[in-house]
Amino acid sequence: MIATLVFYMFAIFCIGSGVMVVTSRNPVHSVLFLILAFFNAGGLFVLAGAEFLAMLLVIVYVGAVAVLFMFVVMMLDVTVAEMKQGFLNYLPIGLLVVVIFIGEMLASASVWHMAPEAAANIQAKTPGVDVMSNTSALAELLYTRYVYLFQAAGLVLLVAMIGAIVLTHRKRKDSKKQVISRQLARDAKEAVVLKKVETGRGI
Amino acid sequence: MADIGLGHYLTVAAILFATGMFGIFLNRKNVIVILMSIELLLLGININMVAFSVELGDMVGQVFSLFILTVAAAEAAIGLAILVVFFRNRGSIAVDDINGMKG
Repeated sequence: MIATLVFYMFAIFCIGSGVMVVTSRNPVHSVLFLILAFFNAGGLFVLAGAEFLAMLLVIVYVGAVAVLFMFVVMMLDVTVAEMKQGFLNYLPIGLLVVVIFIGEMLASASVWHMAPEAAANIQAKTPGVDVMSNTSALAELLYTRYVYLFQAAGLVLLVAMIGAIVLTHRKRKDSKKQVISRQLARDAKEAVVLKKVETGRGI
Repeated sequence: MADIGLGHYLTVAAILFATGMFGIFLNRKNVIVILMSIELLLLGININMVAFSVELGDMVGQVFSLFILTVAAAEAAIGLAILVVFFRNRGSIAVDDINGMKG
């Protein structure tokens, strides 16, 4: 009973904040509603029994991705007034696509049923909560059978990091910095000039 | 998940996915909101994966969901970096102004 109520609370807040993300006028508000949507989705995951993914959602999404969004939104000064021009122009086509999508989902949900052989095709059975926690079960799978995929995921993140740095890095022309090779290439012949100064006169 | 059922989770996921699609169509002035809509789409897919994983008692769905999270994080980082460079060059992030590759 209480689980059902909590589920509806999380679901309604998740969907409501998702709608606010796409409809709010101020992009800063959009990011804040995105954070709320992620928190509530994390709650849904906890309710389903996927605790590790819930924590991952809160730490990675709220802690890193949403903050990244916040940085970029605040860095690019986009005026709120000009942002919503043409808001109504695209409303009909957007609604049309969404209605078609929902209709297709309803049509397929009305005839859908779980395949009878689905239960026999389970790749890795979830251990009971009395045997092992969700995090340990995920780790046992991730570090053994899917270790190459795990490494590949790390590689994807590395490439993304290097790519983001390369894309946004720029050489600053006004900064003075040390060029070691030029310093080492200097010798006394070009660095020091000896002048014969006549007595009683300047140079 | 004991007394809530698969259908409820799938409904939430489908509504979130539809919201994300709606956001992509609605926001023609701000690419950042489109990136946020893509995050909503991926969140809906993740809820789908976790719901089926728990319903079938198969851990692989959650492993897959973790990889989706990884790719989504990488995609957000790259997308925002491209956006910052674009804003530096053009001074605008409106979708209508992105026509440099029209040929």
